[in-house]
Amino acid sequence: MGVFAIHILNALLYSSVLFLIAGGLSLIYGVMRILNLAHGNLYALGAFVTAWAIGLALGAGVPNFVLFLLLPAGAIAAAVAGAVIERTLLRPFYKRPEEYQLLMTFGLLMILEDLIRLVWGPNPLSATSVYASLGSISIAGDRYPTYNLVIIAVGIVAAVFLWAFIYRTRFGVFLRATSQDKRMASALGVNVNRIYIQAFTLGCFMAGLGGAIVVPSQSAVLGMGVDALVLAFIVVVIGGLGSLEGALAGALIVGVVREAGITLFPEIELAVLYLIAAVVLLVRPAGLFGRAGT
Amino acid sequence: MNASGAVAQTAATWRILAWVVPAALLLLVAPLVIDPFQTLTLTYGLIAAIGALGFNLLLGYTGLLSFGHSAFFGGGAYTVAFMVKYLKIASMELFLAGSVLASAIISALFGFVCVRYTRIFFGILTLALSQVLWSLAFKFFWVTGGTDGLRVPTPTLVGMAPTNDKMDFLAHQYYYYVLAVFALCVFLMWVIVHSPFGKALQAIRDNETRAEFIGIRIRRYRLIAFVISGIFTGVAGALWAPLNGLASPDVLVWTFSGEIVFMTVLGGFRTFVGPIVGAIAFTYLKTYAVGFTVYWQLLLGTVLVVLVLALPTGIMGAIERLASKMRKAR
Repeated sequence: MGVFAIHILNALLYSSVLFLIAGGLSLIYGVMRILNLAHGNLYALGAFVTAWAIGLALGAGVPNFVLFLLLPAGAIAAAVAGAVIERTLLRPFYKRPEEYQLLMTFGLLMILEDLIRLVWGPNPLSATSVYASLGSISIAGDRYPTYNLVIIAVGIVAAVFLWAFIYRTRFGVFLRATSQDKRMASALGVNVNRIYIQAFTLGCFMAGLGGAIVVPSQSAVLGMGVDALVLAFIVVVIGGLGSLEGALAGALIVGVVREAGITLFPEIELAVLYLIAAVVLLVRPAGLFGRAGT
Repeated sequence: MNASGAVAQTAATWRILAWVVPAALLLLVAPLVIDPFQTLTLTYGLIAAIGALGFNLLLGYTGLLSFGHSAFFGGGAYTVAFMVKYLKIASMELFLAGSVLASAIISALFGFVCVRYTRIFFGILTLALSQVLWSLAFKFFWVTGGTDGLRVPTPTLVGMAPTNDKMDFLAHQYYYYVLAVFALCVFLMWVIVHSPFGKALQAIRDNETRAEFIGIRIRRYRLIAFVISGIFTGVAGALWAPLNGLASPDVLVWTFSGEIVFMTVLGGFRTFVGPIVGAIAFTYLKTYAVGFTVYWQLLLGTVLVVLVLALPTGIMGAIERLASKMRKAR
């Protein structure tokens, strides 16, 4: 029983992080119709910045609770990077064919990958002291790291906040209007350019937050961004590109399958995920929650 | 055909020959003039050119951006490695035949799913499916060698066994072998894109609805184009494996697909020779960037960003623009 509960928690843990990454990717696509191939690198950036900040703080000898306050540093860094990227590199492309947008973000992927290596070197960065400081709790007789529960909580809180943000605020209305019909929204007085930069920044913030909360439990390594991107793709393909509900459902499915796969079919775990994605696409071309015609 | 048409046709043929003959001569004498290292780089370039040529049948002629061509390139390379490891085959001709078969099967399977979609979804799907192959190669290490890859020895060419000096063999005999396959591929692709089938693909690219209206069966044409494209890239992979001496997951991972896209756009995907020029240019660029700095990705990424911002039609597009400006100035 305890083992089963732990499997469920692990699946949720995995889903939380995936939701943060894929939700951001999907939000950006939904509003801007841009598929950001460099999205995984912003997740990696979040992880590296947080690990670096925590390392600095530890060196300065600050108490443990302050370290928790440093966790969002990575998310903020990713958001700032996102705002700069949108303003300088993506804006010239909105009127060009999407092939160019994909290429631009692929170029960004290569640049960000190496910039991280340039700044933090090739060795992994870790922030395990935060992870260790919380210790573990007993779940039905088995020990489970308390920090993992923090990650799950952050994932749930992020999902709720995002939902409230998009369906209950004025900004959310603008965002949804832009996503449905950019020209109409613009004609009705929505500043589409501003919505774009806000959406992109928010999406990058989510990816950065994913990286920031994950880094205490696993180190920040080079290549983590590219790996995460591919998983985020599966999530959005299953859930429907551009849909946040879809990202949530997709993240849960991938989280559960992955957790089951690691114990039951480790060799073909990734292949099974892709197979699920392919089947979903054949049955429901726009994904589980996608809108038709995209 | 009327007289003026025939004249225009002859003029066009001459113009093409005026480019092809010097280029062919240069490629023929190259290994006699330049040192072996340069010849090997050029061989890599020609192989990449075959792959990019196949890729561009989809991007330039059918209007589909694939981010999964690593599956066919890597598929071709691993087919060769498997034939060496499990069938003890050493003949390059059999390798090519095997990789044509393997990449045809892979691309037919992938194409069946992917051609239902266009634009970004097509890109994501090709990427996702190619990653399946990558993950299999990665996880089934007892079959595929995992991250170490599989060794591929120098093969026999037309029954001719490799000489003892491997470098010399690769820089001469193997180079000419690759050059011959390359010439054949260029010729075949030229015939394909100028055939009625090729014209139909371009019609689909330019206006899907109209193409359907005049009776073109869009999905079937896209599927055929997808398979042809996959076979060309698979052949490139098969040629690459013995040259590299190793079939490794590096050529299966999706970022390698990105490199194929990169080289095609670098050369210019709106022209027939664009991908060839781009592939050779990219190979030199990458070889020197990797030799120059560990941050070669940063360098290449910057080149790509600048390219997309300032020179979206690629090298060939820039040359054409320059040429038309000079003609006007005259």
